Formats: sequence, structure tokens, C-alpha cells
Amino acid sequence: MRAYFGRRYTISASHRLHAGALTPEQNQAAYGKCNNEHGHGHNYVIEVLTGGSVNAETGMVVDLAALDRAVRTRVLNRFDHANLNLDPLFADCVPTTESFCRAVFGLLQNALPEGELEHVRVEETENNSFECFRER
Amino acid sequence: MVFLTRRATFSASHYYWNEAWSAEKNQQVFGLCANKNGHGHNYTLEVTVAGEPDPVTGFVIDLKWLKDVMEREVLSAWDHKHLNLEAPDFEHEMPTTENIAIAAWKRLEPAVAAGGGAKLSRIRVHETPEIFAEFRGEA
Repeated sequence: MRAYFGRRYTISASHRLHAGALTPEQNQAAYGKCNNEHGHGHNYVIEVLTGGSVNAETGMVVDLAALDRAVRTRVLNRFDHANLNLDPLFADCVPTTESFCRAVFGLLQNALPEGELEHVRVEETENNSFECFRER
Repeated sequence: MVFLTRRATFSASHYYWNEAWSAEKNQQVFGLCANKNGHGHNYTLEVTVAGEPDPVTGFVIDLKWLKDVMEREVLSAWDHKHLNLEAPDFEHEMPTTENIAIAAWKRLEPAVAAGGGAKLSRIRVHETPEIFAEFRGEA
């Protein structure tokens, strides 16, 4: 039977929303406070949902420790206490949480120990969240 | 189609042990969860049903009715119980979060279907705020 196993991780990172193609005034108009020259930070929650059949021997879709290792290696070590703007993934793209969510999905998509990546949800604050789903 | 979710909490104990394996392998695979004296969690059960709002009441489902069904079908069987020892659902299955979600679906699906109107869409079980499993009735 197909079931899903989910895990929530927290990282702290900074970013600045600033598009090179826009003038300073246009950046201010588009991003407001998020355009502040020196950036700002969030405690991001990254929710990872893995889908797959339940292993009859373990009762699990994925081994939690193996999932944690994959997420830590590919995502948490890379972005925790980092400035997202300086990551090569955001060299040509503004690190909005939309882009960050899509980047995390891409980093994990083929890197899970078992099962398939079903969705990634990134909560930028308690009030803002973003999701990318597996293409069907 | 509108999706509606009701949440409830229950507290239960469990452990993970595969009888077909040696003690060493159980320890190696399940770690702390293999402690045979068990341990417990405050679980959160989220039940999502899907349907069209009734033209008269505006409800997809009567939430009080759903709350009572969850209480009768699930919480009365699992709350403050040892899932390995007291819940028949786990006589032949380990009470992992995945299997708890599947077992909750099996308990709730017939009752929700019999209620008419809405269909069970998703069960989500949180073992901790950071660990959860879902079942959507897929084969």
C-alpha cells in the first residue's frame, strides 16, 4: 500500500530580495522591506514528504535516519546559517521562498534513500508557506 | 469539491520489533524504538474528508458528527493504550506511524462512507510535531 512519511526541519538563513534587472526604485516598489540592502533572516521550516510502499519488514516507507542524512547532506548543511543570495543556485535568480522551495525540491528529488519525493513545503514565517509537488 | 479537516489528539505507547529478526538486527534497524518496554507519544490524528457543501446547511460534513465518529472508531481504541499489546490493528503489523495512518483509515472509511455526503480523503498522523505519516487510500 502506498503511504507517505513526512519530516519537518528548521534552518535559519538570510536573504535579500533584489532583482538585478530592476532599478532601485522598482526593487523598492516590488520588494519593500525585503529589499533592505543588508538583508534579513528567517527561521525556515522545510517539510519533506516521501511517498512509497510500506516495507513489510519494517512497517516504514523510508528509514527516518537515512532520510535525515540525505536532507542534512543535501539541504540543511548547505543553507543553515547561510546567506541564500551567495549560494550559486541563486546567482541568477532572486532567493524568494518560491525559488528556495523549488531549489530544495530539485536537490532532494533524486537523492532520497527510498520512495519518491511527493512534496516540499517551505514555511518562511508562521504566516507564509510555499509548496512544490511531484509532477504527475 | 471542498476538503475539510478535523484534528484530534491521543496518547499511546508502542515499540518496534520484527519477530522474524534477531535482537541485534532489531536494535540496529529500530534503535531506541526497539526498547521492548515501549515508549509513548502524544499523537495528532488529522482526518480530511472531501465533498460538496450541502445546499441547505452549507456543510460538507457535520463536524460534531465527524468528531464523534473519530472518538468512537479510533480514540476509544487507542487513547492511553499500548498499541502493540492492546490494539488488534497491530497484532500482525508494527505500529509505525505509516501503519497507524493506514489503520485509522480502515477504521474510519466505512463509517464516513455510511454517513453519506463526504468521502474520506486523507489521514495524517503526527507522532511528534516534526514526524508524520499520511495515507490517502491508495493501493
